[in-house]
Amino acid sequence: MSFMQINDLKVHYPVRGGFFNTVIDRVLAVDGITMEFERGKAYGLVGESGCGKSTTGKALIGLEKITNGSIIYEGENVTNKRRNRKSSFNRDVQMIFQDAHSSLNPRKRVKDIIAEPIRNFLNLTPKEEERKISELLEIVGMPEDAKLKYPHEFSGGQKQRLGIARAIATNPKLIIADEPVSALDLSVQAQVLNFMKDIQNEFGLSYLFISHDLGVVKHMCDHISIMYKGRFVETGTKHDIYTNPQHIYTKRLLSAIPEVSPAGRENRKRERILVEQHYQAEHKNYFDENERVFDLLQVSNTHYVAATSQVRGVL
Amino acid sequence: MKGNELLKINNLHTGFRIKDTFYDAVDGVSLSVKKNEILAIVGESGCGKSTLATSIIGLYDHNKTRVQGEIVFDNKNLAALSEEEMNDIRGFQISMIFQDPLSALNPLMRIGEQIEEGLIYHTKLDKSKRDSRVLELLQQVGIRNPERVARQFPHQLSGGMRQRVIIAIAIACKPQIIIADEPTTALDVTIQAQILDLLIELQAETEAGIILITHDLGVVAEVADRVAVMYAGQIIEEAAVEELFANPKHPYTRSLFNSIPQMNSQSDRLNVIEGIVPSLMNLPRSGCRFSSRIPWIPGEAHEENPALHEISPGHFVRCTCWKEFHFKTDKGGGTHELYANK
Repeated sequence: MSFMQINDLKVHYPVRGGFFNTVIDRVLAVDGITMEFERGKAYGLVGESGCGKSTTGKALIGLEKITNGSIIYEGENVTNKRRNRKSSFNRDVQMIFQDAHSSLNPRKRVKDIIAEPIRNFLNLTPKEEERKISELLEIVGMPEDAKLKYPHEFSGGQKQRLGIARAIATNPKLIIADEPVSALDLSVQAQVLNFMKDIQNEFGLSYLFISHDLGVVKHMCDHISIMYKGRFVETGTKHDIYTNPQHIYTKRLLSAIPEVSPAGRENRKRERILVEQHYQAEHKNYFDENERVFDLLQVSNTHYVAATSQVRGVL
Repeated sequence: MKGNELLKINNLHTGFRIKDTFYDAVDGVSLSVKKNEILAIVGESGCGKSTLATSIIGLYDHNKTRVQGEIVFDNKNLAALSEEEMNDIRGFQISMIFQDPLSALNPLMRIGEQIEEGLIYHTKLDKSKRDSRVLELLQQVGIRNPERVARQFPHQLSGGMRQRVIIAIAIACKPQIIIADEPTTALDVTIQAQILDLLIELQAETEAGIILITHDLGVVAEVADRVAVMYAGQIIEEAAVEELFANPKHPYTRSLFNSIPQMNSQSDRLNVIEGIVPSLMNLPRSGCRFSSRIPWIPGEAHEENPALHEISPGHFVRCTCWKEFHFKTDKGGGTHELYANK
């Protein structure tokens, strides 16, 4: 059973201009997406820059105003109600940011950074709070003396782990991770990803993993949605997307990922050119005249593709 | 110099001054680049790969940086040239492609003028010839309507287009060597594939030697001919690309390969390299620099003064510890242990 549903979520930005600075157009950053979150599962949101994946994450957690659609959290409609401190939604949905450095207040000590969600949502005595912080630092594998240090004293990977410690402080159910490892080196990235998997198993967390790196998403996620121009072009299980991609945009994205093996790179290049030709030729079957992605159609139990029904007949 | 070697670096040391002491960020690197070859330099942040690039092209602060050793190009030692002499080479015989196309372009100049700049400085072409060369270059890097783009400003172009413009600037004077410092890191995968294809095409036309600096092993596998892996200022392994990917030897190279979340891997956990890269001031200057990251390998396995050994033709590995190396498979990363104890 899912504990959180998103229905037809839309975030539109007004474009102002003209003499009276009136709204003359809208940017459809997120244009009607529907998702469900189940306990202990990881969901991937993949797309190129500007496709609206980060806006989706921000809208979920209340950092962007939702234009249309609804977020239902355990039966309660929490759309645009994020400011309310009493709501359990605020406690149960937390976020990890891409740039760990700029997401930590440089003038606060680690102790105060991690304590912030605790002070907001849990009523703990100073002693209990102290213990909780030590516990959190231990979970993310940081020494006890980190408490009194400032963010600039840590390396990139350590800072990202502090961000994670803050996110799990209130025992959330869902963590929205917006490109959590894209600023990190390979070996540090491995460390953070392993660690995120560990705490997922430990606490039964769900993740919404926003990334442009299909390798990372495949490693972390059970369910993957591919996004383009504010809409889903394809959504399905990891298996559906990687072994049986249906949408031309997905195919194009998958063919563009460099493989870590120099053998057969000529073949891959040829295939990439074929996919690109296919993409140009089949364009009208997957995008309408305004370049908008069609609505999702069901292909199998878990697999949905946005295409005209003719294409679906062929599938 | 041997037949088609364009550039030869001998025992290069580049140090930065911190409180009146120089600390070498590049510590004894020797390399050569041949005509029509893509040499990839791979390493994590802080390993000295970008410092190596700026040392070659002379883009460093002369008051705070000390460059020792030889960079032989066209029978000249670039490391010993004056700033004026370097200006004649930079952008003409050796050029550079930067990581972030937006900050590498001047926001107040039209694209056409920016490409023209190098032509004005280095060639004797007149205005109309320069203009037609600009359009030709834009066409060459795959821009569809060069006339319009030449009159536009950088902010009017997309990221991929901007990187194409940067490449057009780099190849404007038909350089013999192009240094590409993370040319696709700021781009999306589909654009990255296009830019890499473009680089290979251009190389086939110009026969330039390309030094590709990157942290992305996927990119290396896609385009490189030869690979040098750097760690803590030194080259720790160098080989042809097929050899290195099929047969990595140095513990660092092998650990890196094992930390990639691969598209077709089945395992649940990624390899983690213990510890952190030592900072420039705390770098151990003797012994195997990787030894502190693989403490379970006995000290005798390392050489006292690790040297590059040629273990098969063209495949060089530093230190002897690779013979003894095995992964610490019995345990996962640090956090894993922590849970096991609970």
